[in-house]
Amino acid sequence: MATTQTESTPTTYPTASGGTLASTVPVGAVYAEGSPLHWGASLVEGAVVLDEEVAPNAPWSAVVKEGHILTIVDVGGNQSGDCLLYDADDPEERYSVPDTLAWQGNAYVRTGTVLRSNEGRPLMTVVANEIDRQDTIGGACGKESNTLRYGHHVMFHHGCRENFLAEAGRRGLGVRDIVSNLNWFMNVPVEADGALGIVDGMSAPGRRVAVRAETDVLVMVSNCPQMNNPCNDFNPTPLRMIVVDPQGAGSPASPVAGRLGSATTPKDAA
Amino acid sequence: MTTAEEPTATAPHDQDPTGQPSGDVTAQDVTGRLSAGVRDLHQTDSVRSAQDDARAQGGQASEWMPYLPASGSPHCPPGVDPATLVWAETVAPGGYTHKVLARGTRLRFDDPTGDACAHLLLFNALEPAERINVADTQKIPWQAYLGESHPLLSGDGRVLAVITGDSSGRHDAFCGTTTDAWNERKYGDARPHGPSPSGRGLFLKAAAKHGLSRRDLPPSLSFFQGVRVEADGALAWRGSAGPGTHVELVAEMPLLVLVANVAHPLDPRPGYVVGPLRVHAWRSAATGPDDPRFTATPELHRAYLNTVDYCEARGL
Repeated sequence: MATTQTESTPTTYPTASGGTLASTVPVGAVYAEGSPLHWGASLVEGAVVLDEEVAPNAPWSAVVKEGHILTIVDVGGNQSGDCLLYDADDPEERYSVPDTLAWQGNAYVRTGTVLRSNEGRPLMTVVANEIDRQDTIGGACGKESNTLRYGHHVMFHHGCRENFLAEAGRRGLGVRDIVSNLNWFMNVPVEADGALGIVDGMSAPGRRVAVRAETDVLVMVSNCPQMNNPCNDFNPTPLRMIVVDPQGAGSPASPVAGRLGSATTPKDAA
Repeated sequence: MTTAEEPTATAPHDQDPTGQPSGDVTAQDVTGRLSAGVRDLHQTDSVRSAQDDARAQGGQASEWMPYLPASGSPHCPPGVDPATLVWAETVAPGGYTHKVLARGTRLRFDDPTGDACAHLLLFNALEPAERINVADTQKIPWQAYLGESHPLLSGDGRVLAVITGDSSGRHDAFCGTTTDAWNERKYGDARPHGPSPSGRGLFLKAAAKHGLSRRDLPPSLSFFQGVRVEADGALAWRGSAGPGTHVELVAEMPLLVLVANVAHPLDPRPGYVVGPLRVHAWRSAATGPDDPRFTATPELHRAYLNTVDYCEARGL
């Protein structure tokens, strides 16, 4: 999507129901034809209890039961999955960046990182991770904050903050519940002088991270619509969310068993 | 209870309704304070004598107190006309404070002993759903470490405040403040009225006084105790720059300010060591278009344009 739209000639977009629609509304890009996509599979054995696609630019949420393990597949590579966690029974207890960092004494999220709440308690634990490190410093993009970074001309862009607000609304939550978040598959190094920024990612199509719920956790994800920084290679692609019960019978999930209604259907899905 | 004979003998924290110090005092201390000799100095056998006794206790000073009016502060910052002060207070170790400030107010924190740690939350006083966003505060200026000219940004693309002076350079935007779970593990106690209160516990009390609750508490900043990120991501404690440093902010919007003066989460000392924190605020002006800071960077310029846009529409 170009950053400015000066003419009212309709553009043809794919719709959620699989058709096409001519529209003058500037919407976020759907990933380019021919993008390499690797749909992956669960990182852990167990009975699949949920297997859903998150469309590019779209929000998603689900409750992951205590002991269940969520695998997030970076289907197209370097697609930031902005993520917030809440105690499902008490959403006022939610993910806390500073508590997560202070308890582990490190700024980055890796295998073994305990994702802690604002009360200091474990919400989830990273049990497997296929990239060097995950980010929880950079926070989310949003319409207003994008104007600071890129200019007022991008105010019309959809952002993760807007996705979070939409998904929070569906769960009875609101703006007060949106705090600093995780960014799966995003790379935000902090240099010696404190300089930091979102730089080229370390992920690739099919790379995965797996997190185990330490209590019943509401997981909220924004599949980042950001089109102004390299977090998604300027090509937003799907994410796949697979939840397994490791105590249940079954094998690693293979095909995409269920899709969100709002998801576009990729032609080259496994 | 504070008595005329023991003006500063009690802990600075809240006490339980029995009047007994509930902090780290020994049974012997308690016995001493409740001894018949001290008690006999207070005549409270009637309402009138109780009134006289209470009134006789007024007018004293302690190390940690608000100065009212603010112009009477014994610690007015250099170069500031005391008549312009709107807030002057020394926050106790393990204490907290809060204030609503007008746009354009200057806010200064002083660390006289080198052991203060000012944990800070800022909200748009008119719409507290707009509040400090630590991720944006680090990401948008491309800089994780707080210092001179660093904007403190909301999640709504506006400048809540900007750092206008910093003689410390030891601050932290990574670790937030302490939780009860953290302090119970580290010190064995996290009660707000105990010997090692958590920052979150104090923020909750300050927030409640403005109708806010734990949903409204995002990650916070802290001043005067530094942390650096090493090459492998490790968070390295740098501690204080020593006694006598200060940090100054200017409120670019109407602000609700919550402050907790508690030990930093990564403070490696086995004890809970915090010094007093001095707070002063005085009437001044928000950063205007003629100030070099207004256009210092493209990001800051647009943040100021957004802020002025909001304030002008609001009639501020």
